[in-house]
Amino acid sequence: MIRINSNITFRMTGFRKVLMFFSAMFFVLVAYRFAVGLSITNLSDAWPWGLWTVIDVKLGIALAAGGFTTAGIYYVLGIKKIESVVKPALLTAWLGYCMVALGLLVDLGRWYGFWHPIVSWGHHSVMFELYMCVLLYTVVLTAEFAPIFFDGIGFKRTAKFFVRLTGFLVIAGIVLSTMHQSSLGSMYVLMAGRLDRLWWTMALPILYFSSAVAVGPAVVTCESALSGKAYKHEWDNEAMPFLAKWSGYVLSFYFVARIVDLIVRDQFTRLFTTFDAQTFMCLLELIIGSVLPLLFFWSYNVSGKFMDKRMAVRNAIFIILGVVLNRTNVVITGMWKSAGTSYFPSLQEILITVGLTSFGILIYLFIAENFGVFTPHGHGAEDEDVSVRSGVGAGGVPTT
Amino acid sequence: MSKAILVDVTKCYGCGACTVACKLWNGKKYDDAKKPTVGENAQLADINWTVVSKHRVADASGKTVWRFAKKQCLHCKEPACASSCLVGALRKTEGGPVVYYPDLCVGCRYCMIACPFGIPKYEWDKSFPEVSKCQMCSGRLAKNEAPACVSVCPNSAMKFGDSEQILKDARAAIASDKRYVKHIYGEKEAGGTAWMYISDQPFDKLGFKATVKNRPLPEYTWKIINKIPAALVVWSGILTGVYMITKRRDAVKSSKNSEGKGGKP
Repeated sequence: MIRINSNITFRMTGFRKVLMFFSAMFFVLVAYRFAVGLSITNLSDAWPWGLWTVIDVKLGIALAAGGFTTAGIYYVLGIKKIESVVKPALLTAWLGYCMVALGLLVDLGRWYGFWHPIVSWGHHSVMFELYMCVLLYTVVLTAEFAPIFFDGIGFKRTAKFFVRLTGFLVIAGIVLSTMHQSSLGSMYVLMAGRLDRLWWTMALPILYFSSAVAVGPAVVTCESALSGKAYKHEWDNEAMPFLAKWSGYVLSFYFVARIVDLIVRDQFTRLFTTFDAQTFMCLLELIIGSVLPLLFFWSYNVSGKFMDKRMAVRNAIFIILGVVLNRTNVVITGMWKSAGTSYFPSLQEILITVGLTSFGILIYLFIAENFGVFTPHGHGAEDEDVSVRSGVGAGGVPTT
Repeated sequence: MSKAILVDVTKCYGCGACTVACKLWNGKKYDDAKKPTVGENAQLADINWTVVSKHRVADASGKTVWRFAKKQCLHCKEPACASSCLVGALRKTEGGPVVYYPDLCVGCRYCMIACPFGIPKYEWDKSFPEVSKCQMCSGRLAKNEAPACVSVCPNSAMKFGDSEQILKDARAAIASDKRYVKHIYGEKEAGGTAWMYISDQPFDKLGFKATVKNRPLPEYTWKIINKIPAALVVWSGILTGVYMITKRRDAVKSSKNSEGKGGKP
């Protein structure tokens, strides 16, 4: 146990020591990389983008979509039963974006010029839009998260000030997220003729946005299952089935759009008539990410069966894997033929990604344990302590 | 007036003088072992802004012959690289060249992915790498001089001039001589480029990308980007509206609740 003061502590476990080890390695490797350049990677002229782009940027942003989706469901649509997940989702999103920013910085060849887009606008560039939205949204998320932080350190009045901004922040957050989640897809519209037509389509922005809206709550679901185990809070039988349904419906839209798009562009039959790495990966992506979770979802939905924890978590995992496969396919599999050579990340690339993720998890654990992120819900061992500090934004939901 | 260059592949003997001129003019190093500028393994690279690649092909009578293709940035009329750059570090100039401003570049490498010809290269072994590609000797062009590579060609395989005139010459050449394939590479590719090629061999056999679309690539993304301002306004409006309704509904509910409670005791 590391004790900073009477309120702020950090419990040490074996797992956390491993995370700390990887985090330390991350900072050492990044310092080295900043000094010597990108020669420690396996990136090349044929593969200017690789592992970091897939995981640290594309997946990082997609998987942090839980922030704006849950905030939108709770504040804009007014679905109060998902209250218990809003704060943890905001925390994950905020951390996710901070990690994305850090990951992006590591990936930039001339990283010290990271602020250039603010003064020199390439307004024809999707990348510019992405940069601006991610920058602004990180600010918005910080402000959305501020009440939890200030309340945690005892600045009640500052916390209240930020609470008053909630409506504006939530709407700004959704608009900014809509723009940059979709532009992650639009980015690859420019690769017409290079990106395999199984993935290249003018509908990329719509597909990226809708899959992000489906995967956001799925990540929140998995996170809740994991944190429930760690912090012994109960599975929320109101919020979680709602999120499972939300993801199910949005994923249905995504899947129909994806298939119609493939049919319209004469690519659908190719999936079953030719067999190569591209069609295999595409089928894998569609089956794991859409067909299986939709099969489970609709069988539960039609028969009116209650979506229990097992079902919700299983479906969430499928949806997340589907998005992981989809983004990997766009950046790697779909570009394979036009690149002409192969690519596999170097050990340093992998360690930096692992280290960045470890660092993110550590900060998550630290904040979750010290800033009353989980609204009291059931009677866990640590709930007493948490309930005292909670109650920002809206009151806790008494369940038992 | 926009400038252009016509390369006649049939006139190139593969001497590589152009690659030497390029290195001298632009101060680029040699690395013949790893990054040769002439021959079958010649590849554009950070230090190779232009190369002459050697290809074994069959001529009209079926005999195996060599053909040489000079490669460099084609300087698109509507460059995908420039449209992709988030800081405007790549710009199309009026005279034709697509020029790189390293001081602005942040090194995201989107241009390298965006270019349909795979032209921009990167200084992977440097601490603070720059994107590296042919600048079409923009300084020489400003003085109405041909690029260094063009000016040294001993066999006049390249012709420098105003883009309209160059295109006319290219059309006349392939119409007057049956040996040429009826295709001017660069006339339509990616919406047209400043460098154009004529040849007696199909271009894909000379290492030119055949999959490049004729539509300028920036058009694709611009069709999406130009809808953003309107989408932004409408989407914010809808969200604000729904938020207001939700808030009002909650307020009504809570006031009813408190009235109910007030009446009880």
